[in-house]
Amino acid sequence: MAQSHPTVFASLADWKKGHAEIISGNVKHYVFSNMFDVASRSKPYEKVVVGKNLEYVMETLRAEGASPWYGAGHDEFAVCMDGEVEVRFIKLEAPAAPAGKNGAVLVKGEPQGRKMGTVRLKRGHQALLPAGCAYQFKAHKTGVLMLQTMLGELSVEKWSDICEK
Amino acid sequence: MNFKAVLSNTQPQVEVMTSDADEVTGYRSFRLGGFEFLRDEYFARISWPAKGTRISHVMPVDAFLRAIMRDVAWGFFYGWVNFDAVVGTRNLYGRVELFGGRYYAPMKSAGLDCTETFDSPVIMATFKAILFDWVNAGFDPFAAPEETGKTVYGVKKGSNLEAIERYRVPTKRMPGMAGDSPLRSDASGFPVNRQFTDVPQDEPEVKAEPGFEKELHAFNLFKYLSRSDVTWNPSVTAVCNASLACPTTEEYILPIVHGNDRVEWFVQLSDEITWDVQDKETGALRARITMKAGDVAAMPADIKHQGYSPKRSMLFVWENATPGLPQLYESGKLKPYPVEF
Repeated sequence: MAQSHPTVFASLADWKKGHAEIISGNVKHYVFSNMFDVASRSKPYEKVVVGKNLEYVMETLRAEGASPWYGAGHDEFAVCMDGEVEVRFIKLEAPAAPAGKNGAVLVKGEPQGRKMGTVRLKRGHQALLPAGCAYQFKAHKTGVLMLQTMLGELSVEKWSDICEK
Repeated sequence: MNFKAVLSNTQPQVEVMTSDADEVTGYRSFRLGGFEFLRDEYFARISWPAKGTRISHVMPVDAFLRAIMRDVAWGFFYGWVNFDAVVGTRNLYGRVELFGGRYYAPMKSAGLDCTETFDSPVIMATFKAILFDWVNAGFDPFAAPEETGKTVYGVKKGSNLEAIERYRVPTKRMPGMAGDSPLRSDASGFPVNRQFTDVPQDEPEVKAEPGFEKELHAFNLFKYLSRSDVTWNPSVTAVCNASLACPTTEEYILPIVHGNDRVEWFVQLSDEITWDVQDKETGALRARITMKAGDVAAMPADIKHQGYSPKRSMLFVWENATPGLPQLYESGKLKPYPVEF
């Protein structure tokens, strides 16, 4: 059976936000944003929270150039929503974050440890960011990353700026 | 109608109350507590006791089978699975409420509603027995209407166990890792869906240094979703403690109205879905949210919602599986919406 309509993905260069029609209640309760809108107005690698479920978050990052090195005490996951992004990994000799700390932290100085390898992501690709390693993003083509992680010291919450009000 | 107890073919084995096959249609009827389930050539008929009589409700049988299929596949899911405005279930995690009219104001206010609570294995076995008997060969309740036959109607014509007994390996961390759930491919029986033939099928380049081959991992999530053989049926693709990524592919109408017992989030990965958001108790429409690719929205803990996807689309459903959340929201210790600003 032939495909009737093309699949529509969005990008930094081409996105359209939907809309909310409110019959009763407050539109703010739906915390409605668009990650490409957010990334188009973000600094490179600003970890803007677009979804929050208690201590868990979804972050949108504008992937542009090279990021700092990050590390976390728990697994995180990155989905490339636009662009081409390389991720470099180093197995840290000492954890970047103390045990029990939520969210990613910056790795101080050059990460010390063994090189684990690299992953190169295009649109739709998902990478594991394993607990206990350092990782760095390098965008070969400016794009957007969606990170599934926990609320941490680098997470940026600016709901009034990004959501329907 | 006469019902007799038969042992289920589910584990643990429990008794399922069923009738003999109808002489005309060939379908069996089922009883669960005070509820009775009967199907004819076009309709499912559900009835329950109230005020000394029996109250009946009628649903198109295809809509009923699509709904009960999701309830079974999702293990009664998080919170409420409303088959329509009248009938549905509420998951109490170990026990399940089955209700008729409980959230339908005319029946509720007249005292004609009924709610009964069952151990999860008992209601699961009965629902599976209904699917086993009522789903005909050639009808797949997981498929979009355009993808499956019209054999759902009419007298009994065989069965479709392959469709209703799909089993998915639970994901522990991320699909494709050693010891984890498998990726999808032609070889594993998951061809690209007819509505996603334009989705790139390339895989990310992973260059692991010696000794780290099992620690680095990446896969093409959009390829994985393009090969989903079901609609409105999430698969877990990432586990960050209790934070579960549950993306799914959607087409036509969500066959149930999902009532939240916690906050749930949606990220529209491709195309467009319109959501009707209703008050969980009254069913009154609160909002209509149209989400396009890249949109992110929360579904608060005090609503129920139903989606409409005009083309097969990719939806990233994000759940928090922390135990005890329903009680925290129901008691008011947590507000029903996730963020204040």
